[in-house]
Amino acid sequence: MDFSFSDEQGMLMDAARRLVTDQYGRDGARQRAATADGYSRATWSEFARLGLLALNVPEEHGGLDAGPIGTLAVCFVLGEALVVEPFLSSAVLATLAIARLGSPEQRLQWLPRLAAGEAIAVLAHEEGDGGPVATAVRTVAVADGGEWVLDGCKSVVYHAPAADLLLVTARIDAPTGAQTALFAVPPDAAGVALQPYVTVDGQRAADISLHQLRLPSSARMGAEVGADLQAVLDQGLAALCAETLGALERLMRMTLDYTRERVQFGVPIARFQALQHRMAEMATHLEFARSMTYLAASQCVAGEPAGRAAALSAAKVIVGQAARFVGQQAVQLHGGMGVADEYGVSHYFKRLLAAECRFGATAWHLTRYAGTL
Amino acid sequence: MDLNYSAADLQWRDEVRRFLDASLPADTRGRLLEGLPAGVEDIRRWQRTLYAHGWGAVAWPERFGGLGLSKVRQHLFELECATAGAPPQLPFGLKMLGPVLMQFGNPTQQQYFLPRILSGEHWWCQGYSEPGAGSDLASLKTRAVLDGEHYVVNGQKAWNTLGQHADWMFCLVRTDAAAKPQRGISFLLIDMRSPGISVRPTKLLDGTPEVNEIWFENVRVPVAQRVGEENQGWTYAKFLLEHERTSIAGVGVARRAMAHLRRVAAVHSQGGRAMIEDPLFRARVAQLDIELTALEITNLRMISQEASKTAPTPDASILKIRGSQIQQAISELLLETIGIRALPFAELPAQAPASPALPGPVHAAGLTANYLNLRKLSIFGGSNEIQKNIIAHMLLDS
Ligand SMILES: Cc1cc2nc3c(=O)[nH]c(=O)nc-3n(C[C@H](O)[C@H](O)[C@H](O)COP(=O)(O)OP(=O)(O)OC[C@H]3O[C@@H](n4cnc5c(N)ncnc54)[C@H](O)[C@@H]3O)c2cc1C
Repeated sequence: MDFSFSDEQGMLMDAARRLVTDQYGRDGARQRAATADGYSRATWSEFARLGLLALNVPEEHGGLDAGPIGTLAVCFVLGEALVVEPFLSSAVLATLAIARLGSPEQRLQWLPRLAAGEAIAVLAHEEGDGGPVATAVRTVAVADGGEWVLDGCKSVVYHAPAADLLLVTARIDAPTGAQTALFAVPPDAAGVALQPYVTVDGQRAADISLHQLRLPSSARMGAEVGADLQAVLDQGLAALCAETLGALERLMRMTLDYTRERVQFGVPIARFQALQHRMAEMATHLEFARSMTYLAASQCVAGEPAGRAAALSAAKVIVGQAARFVGQQAVQLHGGMGVADEYGVSHYFKRLLAAECRFGATAWHLTRYAGTL
Repeated sequence: MDLNYSAADLQWRDEVRRFLDASLPADTRGRLLEGLPAGVEDIRRWQRTLYAHGWGAVAWPERFGGLGLSKVRQHLFELECATAGAPPQLPFGLKMLGPVLMQFGNPTQQQYFLPRILSGEHWWCQGYSEPGAGSDLASLKTRAVLDGEHYVVNGQKAWNTLGQHADWMFCLVRTDAAAKPQRGISFLLIDMRSPGISVRPTKLLDGTPEVNEIWFENVRVPVAQRVGEENQGWTYAKFLLEHERTSIAGVGVARRAMAHLRRVAAVHSQGGRAMIEDPLFRARVAQLDIELTALEITNLRMISQEASKTAPTPDASILKIRGSQIQQAISELLLETIGIRALPFAELPAQAPASPALPGPVHAAGLTANYLNLRKLSIFGGSNEIQKNIIAHMLLDS
């Protein structure tokens, strides 16, 4: 058994660290949130230059094929700095989906551009009512004279406003039963409407409605995609856990530092045992979250599907609960500074809140896990 | 022992209900029952309405324009108002400064200020905390130096709630730097329009500019605006804190939030069924509802027995801790009813909050803002850690 990162994964982490140090000052996330795009194109180019956008591109397309553990290593660093560029959306989820499910032409068309930072793609799957399950789709696709016609809604698709390509899931009701299918959709196609907004953690997302969207048959990616799509969603969840772990770790450190500096009653407040014990509990949550984040990524490397679902739900529950406890207590221990939006703590708090809700909220995963007992 | 309200108490409750039916504006009521915060204008208008009805300060003694209500009836009044969707009455003048002036103010101060608190003409704010003096309030540094008939005030206050709207501030200042920290503090009433005051609103987690930083630069305050004796301000401040416990538990507001939770959980479904039908979720709602009942009965027991207690009790601290925890827990469950729908976000306008135009359930953004905003409950007014210190101290050292 080995819980350490390989040299290569360590190098990826260093690259991500360099990027974050150069590109993100103390206030990087907030400055970007205030712009129209909500992220920095210049930083996105830097991601590409350092090779990070090729992380999940297969080697035959010139990528690094770094796998779930390499992705964990990078996402952890990005989470520490609250990076808002569409890394998880485009360089993990969408890139993996195209790599696994795209036709040779689609792979050739998109993978090099995604790796070069010239295009952004997002996976539009969840419909706001449950968790990251490949078969949970109400959007329908109907065959009509050599074309597909799609109708439905996708909710809270992170980074959709920035996307050059939407990967949309839909249900096909075949005589043999329902199948999940995946379609490559240009965001400006007639029948696609994006309602964009800012999310609570200062990122950009959209609800997407598809109304009589007509697509050529070549837009379909793969055939029955259920199993592969599930593997992609699982890797996305593992990557979200990694990002969250990074944010948790940084927030823990900020709290330790603050309580050592803040003086009340003539002593640093870190001297009060009530606060020491609270921070000990926060650290315990953090270590559990770390273990389960590693488990989630490892399951994506090797796990068989049923056991993987249970392990990922277990991971999301532990990480989600850590996000809530550590987030709330970090605010509490900062006193007024914790609730003031100008100071960094509140940004971490909101990012952790979003992580709790995305890819299936804690309660959803608890219920799914209960069903596996 | 009889844990029922008396017939006269119930008559009072019915009178309050009739009044609320007739007088609480529908737009305000709609906002608050939908889980949105009261706007500044809601608060102003409601105080005027109450005042016009003779209920500007039901808790005050009759000689100062109140109703001299018993504690139990005060509780009923607040419960009925909150659950009907009435905005809060600003506590700073009514609950904090008012009782201090009645006890320690001189007749001139009483005659000038009390009626204006009652009518809502004066919006008051509380100037205690400073950047370096939060939990350790006695370490405050804002100084006031006597210069003829005036104090000259210099320094900075922090986390001042809604001070950007305030006409007046009651303020703790240091008048004797050489004395022990608690001994050298005085209690001043400061006109917010005095030259030398600058106010900078700052946003909380949810984006609302609810608190302010306030700077004093050679602000001249007439000595006549000092309450009580010089250097006795700490005594008055403590008196003030001890007199603000009837509503400290926030039972009414929590009941309103609980009703909202049950409504929202019946409407929103995840995984194909209404959240309230999910056994796991329902059990959590039940747990909180039970805790809320325990809080309400504890509150009633403590306020009923208050007059007969001779020694200080940790009651107010117990009510503050559990009250804030329960309100925060309700806000968490509310958020969980809508899952990922909690994430689309827009700041609420401060004057007349309305649900922003976002996709998804109309309640969603209000619920998220509410969850974020209520993190403050366990921090302000003496943090929950400080309250626990007080309880432990009373248990162990007396
Ligand atoms: C939304 C909001 C509104 C407010 N409104 C007003 C207002 O209108 N007027 C006003 O004067 N003030 C106001 N305050 C200030 C409030 O009273 C202070 O924030 C509070 O007293 C805590 O002080 P602090 O923020 O400096 O935190 P600190 O005192 O620095 O505390 C930081 C952390 O240390 C803990 N801690 C401190 N001392 C101890 C100890 N001895 N043992 C264990 N733990 C300890 C605290 O519990 C907290 O978790 C408001 C605050 C907020 C957040």
